Amino acid sequence: MVAASGADARKTIHPLFVRVTHWVNAFAIFVMVLSGWRIYNASPLFGFEFPAGFTLGGWLAGALAWHFAAMWLLALNGFAYLAYGLVSGHFRRSFLPISFGGALDDVFLAMRGLLDHAPGRYNAAQRLLYIGVILAVIVAILSGLAIWKPVQLQTLTAAMGGYEAARRVHFFAMAAIVAFLVVHIGLAVSVKGILAPMFTGRAEAPR
Amino acid sequence: MKPPRRISLREFQPQIARLERRLFLKQGLSLGALSLLSGCTLKDDDAVDRLLFAMSRFNDRVQAALFDPLRLAPTFSDADVTTPFPFNAYYEEKDIPRIDGEDYRLRLSGLVADQRPWSLSELRALPQSSQITRLVCVEGWSAIGTWRGVAFRHFLERIGADLTARYVGFKCADKYYSSIDMPSALHPQTLLALDFTDAKYGYPLRLRLPTKLGFKNPKFIGEIFVTNDYPGGYWEDKGYNWFSGS
Repeated sequence: MVAASGADARKTIHPLFVRVTHWVNAFAIFVMVLSGWRIYNASPLFGFEFPAGFTLGGWLAGALAWHFAAMWLLALNGFAYLAYGLVSGHFRRSFLPISFGGALDDVFLAMRGLLDHAPGRYNAAQRLLYIGVILAVIVAILSGLAIWKPVQLQTLTAAMGGYEAARRVHFFAMAAIVAFLVVHIGLAVSVKGILAPMFTGRAEAPR
Repeated sequence: MKPPRRISLREFQPQIARLERRLFLKQGLSLGALSLLSGCTLKDDDAVDRLLFAMSRFNDRVQAALFDPLRLAPTFSDADVTTPFPFNAYYEEKDIPRIDGEDYRLRLSGLVADQRPWSLSELRALPQSSQITRLVCVEGWSAIGTWRGVAFRHFLERIGADLTARYVGFKCADKYYSSIDMPSALHPQTLLALDFTDAKYGYPLRLRLPTKLGFKNPKFIGEIFVTNDYPGGYWEDKGYNWFSGS
């Protein structure tokens, strides 16, 4: 039967809620990182600046306005995602169990081109990376709050090691997120058949 | 064997719908990306800039709600003081105004009962207090300094300022101007500073609030006014968040 194939053979591998929060998050992270680079350039922590062409906001005030507008989107969307992931069982089903040994095996398999990147099922390396980037975003938000409000939230700032240490924590949380994105986006566009389901939610039944 | 079937367009409807949806998503994404990169710098009056300004006003209100009038900023010891204290202004260090302390008079205006100008010796005759606190610049760097002077709350009470007014504004000898909210003005650590580690940068009078970013600490103050009309500020009018609490 020609007509029966198509829609029926495909199943939902990414729930709508996950897809929506994923793309809202992608936009928010994009704005936060690029405006953050412009803010960094106003007073570089290390011996380099980010190329102006890869920043957002035009100048410090514009970058700050973008950063402090998108932070609400990042925090509210992130909170919704975490609440959904914990309550619906999405995290338990997708991210557990965690295995460091398994992740290592997967990385070696991937380097030899042998790793199965099946749509809808995360391998051990993916699980660790996704949990890692979620933690990095949480650290970025907390250290961001610590340098935004070092007086009102001084307990948080002190927990980060003080104002100047919190700036470095914020920088390295950003760096971890960007490093994740390089791997994540690289794989998303190079592995066949995994990008489209992140929009449509649906993929062919497991092979 | 089955006879060959005629293929109708209807059989491909699900696939066509998926294709359309995919194209819509792709085009929507690239349009969004384009509008992002079209240089929204808070300098134009386009929709994105208006949204950013609206969010900045929203953040003013959130920060005002977050502000605890009794929470004190962390204080430090003499050993922590940053030396030399960095100079920072919208002009170069050689252009700082030179003010003769003998002739200096602090002017008062707006919702203030007693608008008589103040000399430096009169200000020094008021009760003095000091603090060692961190100044955080909007650019991200910070420095710890010592400031000594009159508690601003005491001064505002003394001149009969309307403490229910919304804003306290400042006009400076270096053409800088700024304004703060009344609750921040009345905070116990807000000082009308007469002595400071960066003595060259602000003589003879500057405002010091450890509860706000550096640019909300005007130097070389010539006039203080109290008002209910939003007074803006030099950097605030260029796009920095007005409340800029820390």
